[in-house]
Parts: sequence; structure tokens; C-alpha cells
Amino acid sequence: MRRIISVLLENEPGALSRVVGLFSQRNYNIETLTVAPTEDETLSRLTVTTTGSDKVIEQITKQLNKLIEVVKLVDLTEGAHIERELMLVKLKATGSQRAEIKRTVDIFRGQIVDVTSSVYTVQLAGDSDKLDGFIQAVGTSGVLEVVRTGVSGIARGEKVLSL
Amino acid sequence: MELLSGADMLIRSLQDEGIEYIYGYPGGAALHIYDALFRQDKVKHILVRHEQAAVHMADGYARATGKPGTVLVTSGPGATNTITGIATAFMDSIPMVVLCGQVASTLIGEDAFQETDMIGVSRPVVKHNLSVRHPEEIPEVIRKAYYIASTGRPGPVVVDIPKDMTTPNERFEYAFPKKVKLRSYNPAIRGHAGQIKKAVDMLLAARRPIIYAGGGVILGKASDQLTELVRMLGYPITNTLMGIGCYPATDKQHLGWLGMHGTYESNMAMHHSDLILCVGARFDDRVTNATEKFCPGARIVHIDIDPASISKTIDADVPIVGPVDAVLKEMIALVRESKARPDAEALSAWWKQIEEWRAFHGMRYENNPEVIKPQEVIETLWRLTNGDAFVASDVGQHQMFAAQYYKFDKPNRWINSGGLGTMGFGLPAAMGVKLTHPDDEVLCVTGEGSIQMNIQELSTCKQYNLPVKIINLNNQALGMVKQWQDMNYESRHSQSYMESLPDFIKLAEAYGHVGVRIDRKEDLEPKLKEVLAMKDKLVFVDIYVDRFEHVYPMQVARGSMKDMWLSKTERV
Repeated sequence: MRRIISVLLENEPGALSRVVGLFSQRNYNIETLTVAPTEDETLSRLTVTTTGSDKVIEQITKQLNKLIEVVKLVDLTEGAHIERELMLVKLKATGSQRAEIKRTVDIFRGQIVDVTSSVYTVQLAGDSDKLDGFIQAVGTSGVLEVVRTGVSGIARGEKVLSL
Repeated sequence: MELLSGADMLIRSLQDEGIEYIYGYPGGAALHIYDALFRQDKVKHILVRHEQAAVHMADGYARATGKPGTVLVTSGPGATNTITGIATAFMDSIPMVVLCGQVASTLIGEDAFQETDMIGVSRPVVKHNLSVRHPEEIPEVIRKAYYIASTGRPGPVVVDIPKDMTTPNERFEYAFPKKVKLRSYNPAIRGHAGQIKKAVDMLLAARRPIIYAGGGVILGKASDQLTELVRMLGYPITNTLMGIGCYPATDKQHLGWLGMHGTYESNMAMHHSDLILCVGARFDDRVTNATEKFCPGARIVHIDIDPASISKTIDADVPIVGPVDAVLKEMIALVRESKARPDAEALSAWWKQIEEWRAFHGMRYENNPEVIKPQEVIETLWRLTNGDAFVASDVGQHQMFAAQYYKFDKPNRWINSGGLGTMGFGLPAAMGVKLTHPDDEVLCVTGEGSIQMNIQELSTCKQYNLPVKIINLNNQALGMVKQWQDMNYESRHSQSYMESLPDFIKLAEAYGHVGVRIDRKEDLEPKLKEVLAMKDKLVFVDIYVDRFEHVYPMQVARGSMKDMWLSKTERV
């Protein structure tokens, strides 16, 4: 099952490599990984999406917790949560395609953020399925380049991951 | 406030940390530190002949004393040579701090001479690693390193020290921190009271209980509590290879150790039990055999300081995260208070069954009037040393024979690489023990394969006068490899025979020690007596043993705990 694990990590050199190293060392999957500093400059927030049986996920969270630089973590998929991923896509856009792409972008509530005579650059945010859906809708043949940030997530309601 | 250079701060921090010994080897990036070491006499440095041995020495010291060991090496090859030792300590949760020189911070990343990314290289085999980014940080980094290494589930910590952090003419204010602040590291200090209560209720209601104890009992200094609880309950106890000595082996409640080469009775009792109380062990694959066939009727209570050890391979019904000594103490109190008592009838039937298993096999081997059996060497040593020696073992058949036939009644006396299985561990580990236990008998049980992996340390033994007794069970082959080849590869002995073994007697003599060869059965006991009488000499005893012997019992691969070979021909 797919899980989103959100981690508060000491903002120190080498901390990220420990997390990444742990996944490869113990043969766990990483599907996406994002990391950036938080409002507290001593902390980074890292989000990793992974798949595995309940037993594997339990081990992943336990092993992550053992890392000295991991301050706190939560498996967001255990409760209601919001997940978002940002995608930038360059699409071939000539002739009648231009209007068609524009319509599809509107349906997916994306924006065209850069234009040339033959290329649209589209920005789209949403959960990973929505981004996949957009690519499917425009068709892979017109896609020139895709860049995705990987998943970020946060719990719904009053639950907060902080110190 | 005192002004000290980084190198002096490092050594002063070690003094303030109470470090007695450093094991190490100098080199360019560590020279400022070695100079600071020279100008003091509180911390003693032991110069090894290979950095791997320094780590095993620190490891042997830590296992025997319960205190963290300390290693000092230079950058590059000095640092990478420690990796096997660090991995050995990591697998067995041994507290240790490895101080590594590093090229100057201005050179890092430039492929400088003797530069290796030791933080990166060591990362998968350390509990943690730290690098010094400013000389002023040194006291805090050192304090942190020892704190992390020796608390919670212990383990090795590497400290990487760029050379410019220790420059002699740059001085800083020295203050050794009293406390360590780590917001993200808080090892449990007691177990969950509700879970402990539940465990005790289950324990008292069990009909076929068994205690399964591991190295965590020794690391957690909880042998007394364990022994008290086990005796109070009158239940059978088995322990892992790492747990040897956590409960007296000569006691009648002790079934021997369990797993791949464990006793018949402990493996049978585990398989047929209805309740397993696991104390500081981790259901390792050398214990469980095939996990899906593991102890089908047993409910499991698992006490461990490391939550990640619980339900990793075998699911626990009652997990208890906490230090074993504290948890056992609470369990003892609860058993005392409880009105419930173990069902006497069920328990006596259980013991009757266990005694039948014990009588059926126990620990036995086929003696031979002509040839020296490796098992009888160990039995003889056990007798001659009154079961009170420290035994550091290498890895292979001799390790299993030593563990099976030397009955340890005390913790911290059986020193072996259980998790990583590192050949070459035995001699340096024995040296680390001997250094701090000069009046105790320290044996290194080894084989002609293992001993040659760190044989150069005979020179260190001479320099520091470390009269360990090296018991070389010489079967002229890599015995365990050969045994597996006999059992699984139709006796095709691929590369398991060592041609042209050295003359170990002359070799020992060349290093300034005594060599004794034993190849006749009738000489075994008298010659071993002579060897043990040479108190102040390192004696290399080269004993020619049965070349065809196998270690039994041996669990059948992919079977359950009860599926074992008991000899070359008997399988149960």
C-alpha cells in the first residue's frame, strides 16, 4: 500500500543522506521525496512516499525514528490528509492543438506559465493521480518535458506535526 | 578559562570522559592528535599493527567491561581499515567511539592525499557519525559521541576530525559539557506498566513457558534480574549465542543456547512452547530458522530497548520497549505481588518432557581413541580453567564448539562476533580483554583460517606484554565452509583447504612468544596444564584436531526450530 511519511529532520549536513541511505540499505522503496527547510530554520520537513506491506511500513517508521537526526515523523496516510504535487510540463502546441491544450489545462485547473510559437509550459498542482490524469489527457506524444516536485502532504484538521 | 588547541581539547575531553585506553595507529591527518597524546599520560594508547585490530581490541574491551571502547586512526586507509571492526560492533550493539583523522576541511572534496568520505563510508554500519566543523565544538562532539554510543541500544559512533580542527597554534576556550542536549534522541528509560502487567499475567498462566534471552541482557547489565526472575518462576531458559553467560550455564534450568547450532532440548522446547518471553534478543535468522514455521503454538512477549527489533521478523503479542533491567525488575515485583502461581502440574509435565529431550541428546559427540576431538579440547579447557576464563573466539566451527562446550556461568566472559561473523576478531578482542584483566585467564579460541586474518597482532602482544593463550583448533581446513560443502555440495571442497600452513610454533617464536604443538590425544591435558601454568607468556597452542568433525546439532535449512541434524547420520 502507498504511504506518505512526513518527517521533521534536523537541518544539518548529512541528515538527508542518512534517510536516503536507510531506504536503500534496507531495501525499502522511495517513490517520491521532497525536502525543504521549515519556518524553524533548525528543521527541515521531508516527505517521502513509499509502498510496502504494513509490516514493512512499521519497520520503515521505526528505523527512521532511530536516526538521531529524525526529530518526529508521522504516517499521513493513517488519517485524513491533503497531498499536493506540483508539475511543470512542456507541451508541443501548434495549430489546432493550442486551443485544445488550453481547454484541457483549464479543465485540470492548471495555468500556462510560458508560451512560444510552438510550445506551452503548463503548471499544474494536485495529488499525484490528477497529474497522471493530465498527462494521459494531453497524450504523451505531445509531451516534451515533465518535471514533478514529488508529494508534499499535511494532515487535515487540527493535527499538527511540530515540536 | 583555559585555552587549548583542538588536539589538546580532544585529548582533554577523552580524559574528562574517563577514557583509559585508546587503540590506534598514527598517520598524517591524525598527527596533531598524536602529538597531544604524547604530552600527557592519563589516556594510554595501544599501538596495533593494523587498524582493524584496533577496533576489535576496543570491542573486546567494551564487551568485557561494559564500557565504550575508543579507537584513533588517520584518514583514508586508516579509516577504511576500521570498517570491518565497526560493522562487527554495530551488528552486536557494542558501544564504541572511533576517532578518524581527516584531510583539512579546505581540501575535502578535492581527492586529496589519503582522503576518504568516512562519514559516507561508515554510515550504514554506525549508530551515528559526527564530523567536527569548528575546533570549539570538539568537547561537545566527543561528549555526544560517547553518550550516543553507550545509551539506548549501544553501538559504534564515528567522529571525523579534519586536520585543521586540531592545529596546534590555534587555541580556544575549553569547557567539557556536563550534559548532552539531543532533542531527537530519547531512549526509553522504563517499559510500559500496562504491557508489563499483561506480560506477567501471561507468564503466570503459561503451561509450557520458555525464557529466550539475548545479548541485550548482557549489554543492559541485567543478568542478576534475569536470573532472579527465572529462578522465581522455575521456568526453563535458553539464550542466544550473544546471550551466553547471561544466566549460569551449569544451572539445571538452563537448556543451553538455541538456534542453528543450539542444543536439541532448547530448540525442541522453543518449538513446543506456548509462551516465549524474549528478553533482549532479536529473533535473528540463525535462531528462528524458517520464520513461517517458527514456534506455531507460542504467544510472544518481547522486551527490547530498540522498538525496531520488535516484530521485525516475528510478531510480538506483547511488545515492551524499555531497558531490560528496569523491565525485569518490575516483572519480579509483579510476580511477587501476584496471587496467581504457575500451574504446578503443567510445569512439572513440561519439565518432564524437557528432561526427556535432554536425555535423548543433550550435548554429545562421538569420541575417538586415536584423534583429538575439538569438543574435548574445549571441555578440557573448561575444566582446567574452572569455567572462569574469558574466552574470545574467532569465527567458524571452533566458535561453535567453544560456545557449546565451555559452560559460562557469568556474563561478559564469552566474547565473539555473533552478528557479523568476523574472522580475525578473536586475537585482538582477547588482547582488549587481557589489557584490563591482567590477572584473569584470557583464551583466544581460533582456527588456522581465522588466526591468520590478524596474526600480525602477535607483535602488539609482545610490545604490551599481553599473555593471552591462543588455542588454535587446527583441522587444516576452513572447517565451517568445508562442513557446508560436505552437507550441501556433495563434499566438493572448493577453496576450503589451506595448503602450506605456516609453522605456527616458529611463527609464535619469531614474535617472541612460546609455541606448543599438541597432536597426540594423551598429551592434550598435560600439555594444556603446562600452557596454562605459563602465566606471563603468550602461548600459541597449535592443536591438531579431527579434520572431519562437523558441528551438531545443526538446524535443517528452511525447516522449523525442531528440524535438526544431530550427527552426520541422524536427522530429527
